[in-house]
Amino acid sequence: MRFAFTDDQIAFRDAVKDLLSKECPPEVVRAAWPDGTDDHGARKGEGARADADRVAKVWSDLAEMGVLGVAVAEDHGGLGMAETDWVLLAEETGYAALPHPFVETACVVAPLLSETGDGDGVLGELVDGTRQAGAVSLNGSLVAWGDAVTYLVALDRRGGEDGWSARRITGGVALGDDEHHRRHLADALDAGRHLVQLGAWKADATLGDTDAARRAFDRGALGTAAQLVGLGRRMLDLTVEYAAERRQFGVPIGTQQAVKHHLANVAMGLRFAAPAVYAAAWSMATGSPNASRDVSAAKSLASDAARTAVRNTLQCHGAIGYTVEYDLHLYLKRAEALSRAWGNAAWHRRRVGDALDI
Amino acid sequence: MDLTWSADEEQFRAEARTWLEAKLAAWRARHDNRILSGDTTEGFAQHLDWERTLFDAGYAAVSWPTEVGGRGASRWEWLIFEEEYYRAGGPQRVTQNGIFLLAPTVFEFGSPEQQAHILPRMASAQDLWCQGWSEPNAGSDLASLSSRAVRDDERGGWVLNGQKTWTTRGAFCTHLFGLFRTDPASERHRGLTYLLVPLDLDGVTVRGFGRLDGDEGFAEVFFEDAFLPDDALPGGVVLGGVGEGWSVAMATTSSERGLTLRSPGRFCATADRLVNLYRERSKDPDALDPGLRDRVVQGWIAAEAYRWQTLQTVTDDAEGRSAGAASSFVKLWWSELDVALHETALDILGAEAELDNVWSKGWQFALSGPIYAGTNEIQRNIAAERVLGLPRK
Repeated sequence: MRFAFTDDQIAFRDAVKDLLSKECPPEVVRAAWPDGTDDHGARKGEGARADADRVAKVWSDLAEMGVLGVAVAEDHGGLGMAETDWVLLAEETGYAALPHPFVETACVVAPLLSETGDGDGVLGELVDGTRQAGAVSLNGSLVAWGDAVTYLVALDRRGGEDGWSARRITGGVALGDDEHHRRHLADALDAGRHLVQLGAWKADATLGDTDAARRAFDRGALGTAAQLVGLGRRMLDLTVEYAAERRQFGVPIGTQQAVKHHLANVAMGLRFAAPAVYAAAWSMATGSPNASRDVSAAKSLASDAARTAVRNTLQCHGAIGYTVEYDLHLYLKRAEALSRAWGNAAWHRRRVGDALDI
Repeated sequence: MDLTWSADEEQFRAEARTWLEAKLAAWRARHDNRILSGDTTEGFAQHLDWERTLFDAGYAAVSWPTEVGGRGASRWEWLIFEEEYYRAGGPQRVTQNGIFLLAPTVFEFGSPEQQAHILPRMASAQDLWCQGWSEPNAGSDLASLSSRAVRDDERGGWVLNGQKTWTTRGAFCTHLFGLFRTDPASERHRGLTYLLVPLDLDGVTVRGFGRLDGDEGFAEVFFEDAFLPDDALPGGVVLGGVGEGWSVAMATTSSERGLTLRSPGRFCATADRLVNLYRERSKDPDALDPGLRDRVVQGWIAAEAYRWQTLQTVTDDAEGRSAGAASSFVKLWWSELDVALHETALDILGAEAELDNVWSKGWQFALSGPIYAGTNEIQRNIAAERVLGLPRK
C-alpha cells in the first residue's frame, strides 16, 4: 500500500504547473473569450487581455513538453504513460483554466486512437499539437473548442455498461452555420470554451470495442474531475488572498467566522474529492474491475466540491466577484460547465448505484 | 502508487476476520444474546468482558508494542483491523478514551515508568480512563478552564478543586486525565498542567447523568480539596511538564479529531449496511421514494472518500509529510457523514423509524459527533486559520 505519487510524477506536475503559471495567467484565459457582444448584447469577455497569439502558444508549449502525448503509446510517438501519470497534469490544466481541449485531446481521443490503431492517421498531429480533438458524450451535442477541433468522437452508452460505443463524427454542421460562416460559436456561460452546437452529423465509423469506448469515456470523466479539483483550488486561492486583504468593519473580512467557515467547507470538499480522483486514476491504470465505479465516485465528488467552491468563493468576494473585470468568473464559469460535462454528479451516482447493485 | 494490500496484510485481515466472528458470537452467547449499551452500569460490565477478550488475543490496541499490551501491528494493519472490527459488527470500545486519546499522549510525553505502568493496565481494561477537560464554563473555549491544582510540597502532591463535566463514561471509569490550572496567576492556555487522577481519591465525587439518548454516558466530576499524591501512579501524576498542559493536551486533540478516534472502517461498514437496507427495502418498488437511492449512494461515496483520504494521509505520515491541523477536516467529514448516513436510513425505514432500532439509536449518537472532540464550528476556524492561513482576529 502506498497512496502517493512518485517523485517523477510530482516533478512532471511541477514542470507543467510552472509552464502554465507563466504562459496561462488570467489574461491569456481571457484572451480566448470572443470579442464584442453576444446575441443579447452582453460583453462578457471584458478585462485585461493578453495578445491572442499567447493562447496558441500555451498549446504548442505543452506539445513541446510531451504533455499532449502523455497517454499515447511510445510506438505512436507518445510517452506511453498511465492515468496516474497524467491525472495531476489534468488538475493543473484546471487550475489554469487552460483554454484548450486538453482532456478531449490528450486524455480521451489520443489514447483511444493509440489503442485502436489510428486508422485515420491523425495521432502524430494530436501529439505534436497541430491538431486538436473533441469529444461529445452521453448523447450530447456541444463541442468544446468546436471551432478548432478537427477530429471528433462521440462516446455513448446504450443500455448498461456493455453498451458503450466510440464513433468518429464526420460531416457535422453546427447550429447557426450558413454558407459564409462555418462552426458558429454558441453563446454560452463560459464563452472561453468556444462551444459549437452540432445540428446534424454523421457518426458511423466505430473506433474499437465497447470496452475501449467505456475506458475512453471514463478517462474523460476522470480528467474532468481532476480539472474540477484544480479549478476549485484556484478559486479557493484567489479567495483566501482576497479575504486577507479586503477590510470591512475595520478588519480583514477573513477574520470573520462566517467567511472562514465558507472557505473551510470549500477546502474540505476538495480535500476529500482529490484522493478519490487519484484512486480512480490508479483503478484505471491497473485495469481494476471497479474502475468505472471509482471514476464515477470521483466525478460526483469533484462536481459537488466544485459547485461548493463556486458558491462560497463568490459569496466571500461579494460584488467584486460578480463582475467580468475581476478574474474569479473565468474559473467559476469553467467549473460550473465542467461539473456537468461528462456526466453530472447525479448521473455518476446513478452509475455507482448500479455498480452497488441497488 | 499501489493501492493493494500485501500477502501478509491479507493474512492479518483473514485472521482478524475469523477471530472476530468466533469471539463476538461467543461473547454475545455469554450474555444471553442480550448486549446492552456500554454506557449503562450493566452494559459496561458486559463490554469490559469483551475488552478483556480483545486484550487476551492482543487485539485491544493492535498498533502498540507487544511489551505494553499491543501486538506491534503497523498503522496499515490497524486500519485493516478497524475495517474488520466494524464489518463484523463489533461493539463500541468502552476503553476508547484511554486507548485512542490518552495513550498517544503517554507515548509522546510519558516517562518510561509512566508508560510501563499506564499502558498495559489500560489495554487490559484494569484501569479505565475518562477525559477531564470540559467544564461548565469552558467548552469550546477550553482555555478558559478554572479547575485548579495547588502544590502541597509538605504532603508531596496536589490539592484539586473545581468541576469537570460531559465526562464520557465517567461514572464507570477508574481514572481521569485532565487539565488543571496550576499557576493561579496565569490566564488562558498558560499555567495549565496535564494531570492523571485516580477517581477514588477522597474529595472526588462523580455523578453520572443521562445523555440525549437516555444512556448514563455523561458524568460530572467534582473536586473538593481532593489530595492527589505524587506517587498515586508510578512515575508520577504529571504528564509532560508542570505548566505545559496546553501543548500536551493539544497533541491529544489532534489524535481525537483526526483518524484514531473514528477510522474509516466504522463509516464504510455503516455505509455498506445502508446499501443493504436500501436493497432489501426497495424490493417493493412502491415502498420507497426513488430519490432515496441518490442519498444512499452519496453516503457510500463519502465513506469511500474518507477511506481514500486516510490511505493518502497514512502514506504521507509514513513518509514524513505530516498533515498537522488538517485533521480538523477529517473530524468535519466523518461527523457530518455519520449524521447523513443515519438520516438516510431513517427515511428508508419510514414511519417505523420512530421505534427504537439500531438506526435510531445510531442517529442519536451521530448527532453528538459535530459537538464532541471540538465543535465543528471550532474545527472550521482551526482549518481556516492554520491550513488556509486566514487571519486570526
